[in-house]
Amino acid sequence: MSTYHSRAAGRLMVAPSVVLLFLWMIVPLGLTIYFSFLHYNLLMPGTETWTGFLNYSYFLTDPAFFTAIVNTLLIVVGVLIITIVGGILLALLLDQPMFGQGILRILVISPFFVMPTVAALVWKNMFMNPVSGLLAFLQKSMGFQPHDWLASTPLLAIIIIVAWQWLPFATLILLTALQSLDEEQREAAEMDGAGPVYRFIYIVMPHLGRAVTVVILIQTIFLLSVFAEILVTTNGGPGTDSTNLAYLVYAQALLQYDVGGASAGGIVAVILANIVAIFLMRMIGKTLEA
Amino acid sequence: MGSITLQQVNKKFGEVNVIPSIDLQVEEGEFVVFVGPSGCGKSTLLRLIAGLEDVTSGAVLIDGKDATRLPPAKRQLSMVFQSYALYPHMSVRANIAFPLKMAGMPKAEIDAKVADAAETLNLTDYLDRKPRQLSGGQRQRVAIGRAIVRQPSAFLFDEPLSNLDAALRVNMRLEISELHQQLKATMIYVTHDQVEAMTMADKIVVLNKGQVEQVGSPLDLYRSPANLFVAGFIGSPRMNFIRGAAAAAFGVETIGVRPEHMTILSEGGTWQGTVGVTEHLGSDTFLHVHTEDMGTLTVRAGGYVGFKPGDRVGITPDADRIHKFDGQGKAVK
Repeated sequence: MSTYHSRAAGRLMVAPSVVLLFLWMIVPLGLTIYFSFLHYNLLMPGTETWTGFLNYSYFLTDPAFFTAIVNTLLIVVGVLIITIVGGILLALLLDQPMFGQGILRILVISPFFVMPTVAALVWKNMFMNPVSGLLAFLQKSMGFQPHDWLASTPLLAIIIIVAWQWLPFATLILLTALQSLDEEQREAAEMDGAGPVYRFIYIVMPHLGRAVTVVILIQTIFLLSVFAEILVTTNGGPGTDSTNLAYLVYAQALLQYDVGGASAGGIVAVILANIVAIFLMRMIGKTLEA
Repeated sequence: MGSITLQQVNKKFGEVNVIPSIDLQVEEGEFVVFVGPSGCGKSTLLRLIAGLEDVTSGAVLIDGKDATRLPPAKRQLSMVFQSYALYPHMSVRANIAFPLKMAGMPKAEIDAKVADAAETLNLTDYLDRKPRQLSGGQRQRVAIGRAIVRQPSAFLFDEPLSNLDAALRVNMRLEISELHQQLKATMIYVTHDQVEAMTMADKIVVLNKGQVEQVGSPLDLYRSPANLFVAGFIGSPRMNFIRGAAAAAFGVETIGVRPEHMTILSEGGTWQGTVGVTEHLGSDTFLHVHTEDMGTLTVRAGGYVGFKPGDRVGITPDADRIHKFDGQGKAVK
């Protein structure tokens, strides 16, 4: 692909896909932006009128909006902390030679294959249910009052469920990174008098830096839009205690039939996601450079 | 400071007996080279001394004290690895300082020692670089720097030159030899390259299949190899082994003659043959001579000789330098 002709032919060949992908992205975005400036309610179809920035001011001044942003960030940060710390510990554990290592690794990955709705329902009904849940049973058997996870600490409950789902992903990435650490480096550090803790701090952690960055970036993208877990467990409640941005947009559009407001919310979410992305790339993107 | 003794050291990996039993004495300040073909257990032996592997039975004594169960860090040994094993995220300075930092030495003292080591190894200009910004030879020197700052009682080298190109290897060989003279520390050096062994060692330990075949100075091994293995391993090109009638004439199973201990003549000579391939190195010419009943013999002739492939030649071995071996491959005096 170096001569003028081959480059021109190459451009021509990829053009259809590029055009398709471009339309695929730009049409919905354009429509969303357009809707966000309309008074557009599904209960009154055909009465759309131009409202300017009214939808935005309405959405941004909604008391639920601020809660939703805080909740969104709490979910992202909370799940990231749990999955990375837990993932590193699990990866260290799974890296040890032991009996049944292969089967164990598959078992560890398995939560990742469970679809979010199912996982959330299992957690809701079998673990966190204050009457028949396993956690309640454990608390009762120790003489405590059972904790109603979804009612009194809904956000924490959702963070736990989502973290449970993403922990395998983090573990897997970190485990492969751990296994790529040069054995001689570890031995050299051992000869240099570094005990297990110092070896972890000075040799293992810097080596894992890049993998941690990858985990943070990929997970952040998905965690900003956690939805299924909230829908099947708390429905964003009680009140707006566990409503995140994605859920708020959903509630606006499909519970209040306010397409205009929801579109404005969607655009706000896109802008926020981009801010987070820029912030992340500035902060940790450097580790990805060779 | 720096004597190492191995007493009936045995190492098994599961069922595989890698090192059946080795007794060895390394004196203080000696440069000892473990040499042998790959898989002979020389690296394992070094790792046993370093403490990176546990001995299955037997004892490792360092400075007369039992170190068999000591962790590597407590043995006062430094090791230079084949891959150098530099810490990629640390600068050269931090790499060299790492063992001192782990020992909890004050900052000022560390800086002084690192500067010293960098001076010795010509690394002063590179202290703030990362290992990946260095060439192979420089990385090698950083690895050595990291080993010398601790002032260990002995240095262990695990094939440190095998990742370098030929010219650099000759250079580093010299540098390591100079370092040894300067530091007067015990060094144990593992290699599969008999040239490195011959040029650097005070004492060579030839290993084969986990057994010590012979221990001695380079010239001892060259002049009087104890068996066929050592005779074939030490010296380049390798010694010619002759069986059959020619050997029977000396009353033994096999005789060995080095290429440099034979004279090539245009006629006459003890043995006759036809010249095959000739290798001209400028200073020497190696001729591969095909004989009827003794196979191919390699003969070294000094300078340039005019024999061409297909020429009939005679070969006369130097009678004093014929090595005789019995049926078990042991040398016969």
